[in-house]
Amino acid sequence: MTPETPASDDDVPGGDPAGDTATSDTATRTNHRTPLRKAWAFVRNTWRGLTSMRTALILLFLLAFAALPGALLPQRNLNENNVNEYISEHGWWGRLLDDLGFFDVYSSVWFSAIYLLLMVSIIGCLVPRTRDYLRGMRAKPVLTPRNLARMPHHERTTTGDDVESVMAATRSRLRGWRLVEREEAGGARSISAERGYLRETGNLLFHFGLLGLVIAFAGGALVKYEGQVIVLADGSEFCNSGIYNFDSFYPGIWVDGTELNELCVRVNDFHAEFEAGQPVAYEAGIDYQSGEDLVNGTWQPYDLAVNSPLRTAGDRLYLLGHGFAPTFTVTFPDGESRTHTIQWRPTDQTTLLSEGATKFEEPGITDPVERRQSQLAVTGLFAPTPAMHGNILSSAGPQLTNPTAAVDIMRGDLGVDSGRGQSIFEIDQSMVDEGRLERVARENLEVGDSVTLDDGTRVSFDGVERFVSLQVSHDPTQNWVLGFSILMFAGLGASLFIKRRRLWVRATPDGERRTVVEVGGLARTDQAGYGEEFTRIAADLLGRK
Amino acid sequence: MPINETLSQYSDWSYTTSVVIYILAMVFYMVEQSFGKRGKAVAERTRNRQLVTAGAGTDDTATQDADTATRDADTAGPRPPRSRAERFGRMGVALTVLALLLHGAALVLRGVATNRAPWGNMYEYVMITCFVAVVAWLWLLRKHPVRHLSTFVLLPNVILMFIGGTWLYSEAAPLQPALQSYWLIIHVAAAAGASGVFLIPGVASILYLIKARNESRPEKFASFASKLPAKEVLDRIAYRTTVFAFPVFTFGVLCGAVWAEAAWGRFWGWDPKETVAFIAWVIYAAYLHSRATAGWRGNRAAVINILGFAATVFNLFFVNLVTTGLHSYAGVG
Ligand code: HEM
Repeated sequence: MTPETPASDDDVPGGDPAGDTATSDTATRTNHRTPLRKAWAFVRNTWRGLTSMRTALILLFLLAFAALPGALLPQRNLNENNVNEYISEHGWWGRLLDDLGFFDVYSSVWFSAIYLLLMVSIIGCLVPRTRDYLRGMRAKPVLTPRNLARMPHHERTTTGDDVESVMAATRSRLRGWRLVEREEAGGARSISAERGYLRETGNLLFHFGLLGLVIAFAGGALVKYEGQVIVLADGSEFCNSGIYNFDSFYPGIWVDGTELNELCVRVNDFHAEFEAGQPVAYEAGIDYQSGEDLVNGTWQPYDLAVNSPLRTAGDRLYLLGHGFAPTFTVTFPDGESRTHTIQWRPTDQTTLLSEGATKFEEPGITDPVERRQSQLAVTGLFAPTPAMHGNILSSAGPQLTNPTAAVDIMRGDLGVDSGRGQSIFEIDQSMVDEGRLERVARENLEVGDSVTLDDGTRVSFDGVERFVSLQVSHDPTQNWVLGFSILMFAGLGASLFIKRRRLWVRATPDGERRTVVEVGGLARTDQAGYGEEFTRIAADLLGRK
Repeated sequence: MPINETLSQYSDWSYTTSVVIYILAMVFYMVEQSFGKRGKAVAERTRNRQLVTAGAGTDDTATQDADTATRDADTAGPRPPRSRAERFGRMGVALTVLALLLHGAALVLRGVATNRAPWGNMYEYVMITCFVAVVAWLWLLRKHPVRHLSTFVLLPNVILMFIGGTWLYSEAAPLQPALQSYWLIIHVAAAAGASGVFLIPGVASILYLIKARNESRPEKFASFASKLPAKEVLDRIAYRTTVFAFPVFTFGVLCGAVWAEAAWGRFWGWDPKETVAFIAWVIYAAYLHSRATAGWRGNRAAVINILGFAATVFNLFFVNLVTTGLHSYAGVG
């Protein structure tokens, strides 16, 4: 798992740094041993195979490859509707993909298997390397090779200084290097120096950081949760006392929804700021209660904005989006009236053209048959700034300039008693198909407009409220993930930019008052750039300027 | 803060002019590459040096310093008079620098016109990515005698800028609220910087494969490959640039995660852009590892690097334009 393995720890320049040939020869040697030993050999070989660099590489590829479908196919964790649509459009193929987990790639068995194996592989790689590393901490730089001329970097000169002063100069020039000085035959002396040990430190840090990151991330998948909810920005309140208060809820594996960290929010208002028709700021004025405040009943104010979540008592509250909730009033022939303000769903995030269905029941009707003939729904499109394409309403922008609704008024059986769940944004299309829900009017309404139906019922469009969509997120592991990421990043930097390099200096007396000085250098890892440093040092040591 | 239309207009002109000059520079480089003895000479020199050291040391050392050696050979000794082709090459560099200045001016003018970091939509993103690619290449030229290869770097660059300036173009505009964060500056700059630098190892790795193919079957790419530098030089360029860009990319993704935590309610959610960023990261990590694994160096490493760049490009185009995710800020369509 690392660009440099301990196997390269020898004196051969550029020794082969890959240590993954061990598997095959042990396998042949253990053939005629006892079954127990065979089993052990098998385990050991499997382990070696798994922790070899080549396996790690292949696992890395598999991981990249296995992640790909998640970018190409719709995913449940992102959009359940798209998944269902895809499956129904693709028949058996869609169902097969579903059975194989292709719509939940990141929680699928195969994806998990790959990253778990990769983690095992990393651990298998880290254990021996950490051991070698700790040992290497105290190791002395290796002996000076007899023939320095064979090193990739080599220079030599003859000076009038004696051996001792050459050694002294070397020691002071190589401050910061790990040094060993040795006596050699014939009065010669040499210094072996090594530097860049932090590279290996960085490398280990990187891999440990990565490991920790994955573990913390996996831990998060167990204990975190996220819930989304739409709240009208008219002083409405929301408390996450139970998961049913959310419109959608994504629990971690261990979260059953009974012990949510309580948080209450009151959304007072919502502002959107525009410049030349472009939105430049969204902000919701809220009050909230968390922790102690829930007991005291005090509310804290906060301006919730995009990119500026509320962080409180282990929870985060986000402003994810906003939209409009048109208000319709239905006045029945007997003079009774009902007013509903229900959010409509933005179909276009940039223009906030929205669609929805506001549903009504005539009050005072108890007979179930009659009820199922008199239910009403106001459905259609809503545009904050209308733009008509022929007769079709669209929206020119998200600003609330002249709110207009293009509505179909449906009467009959909404199907709310069918037992099937209903979306608040839609009517049940099957009721229309069966002829049990009929369109009785189609109109474009501006605020203040109304339509009167054949039976005298009047539907009026009274105005709009804004709603905000909020998210409550809870993830106690995320700071760990951040910590490990930083560790990983720091390690990465050290392991890529620090060079492990060696330098040797030998001073050999050469007759009267003359000393031959030789300098040799070898970069243990990538050689790039060592040449320049070496040349500089050699120039200093050999007295060339 | 209203948009300054005049400056934004200047920015557009500057951008277009820079593309034209890049194309002109390419012509000059092409002259050098095709008619110059230089390409051949460089290839020759690296080969010689390699033979010499291969005799003395073991395989790796020769390759490791092949490029430094050529540089030495380049500067040492009396220079032969500059050939006409070489002069073309030098003019190519001068033109590239000029185009780069205009390119930079286009960026700065956009920034001033909109009063924000000029990388808030796909057009601007492509603009800064290409800018970084050219800067990185010029930087590399200072140390490596590969000027005659500039065409191969400028070609994808010009294509990207052309696509950026036409299909992806968007008018200077303020940032939408989701992008108003200082993380935009950090995250996108890091992502664009890394992607820009990644273009170079991508190109170098393709050339590497061509050269390697030619070495194993000399009749393949015979005339083209003879003008490429030694495989090892290309490998070295790819490695050095990748090693630089990879941490930057890592940083960009980490910053993206931190931003996502503040903007979208979670630091990681397998949004398409996040997923492909993850994939690209894993591929580049595999590249770094492959260079230290017996049997995976050389051709395989080059292929992995190309895959990494493919993932980066895929992330830019496919994920922005085809899928819908939280990263749909492209400002296109
Ligand atoms: C884990 C979270 C994130 C990851 C992994 C991520 C990754 C990336 C990558 C790899 C790129 C450049 C790739 C390309 O287009 O070629 C990119 C670009 C960009 N990112 Fe992110 N990002 C994250 C979060 C965010 C957030 C939270 C925002 C803003 C709310 C954001 C806004 C942008 C923008 C504006 C660009 C440049 C334009 C574009 O390509 O669409 N990113 N991101």
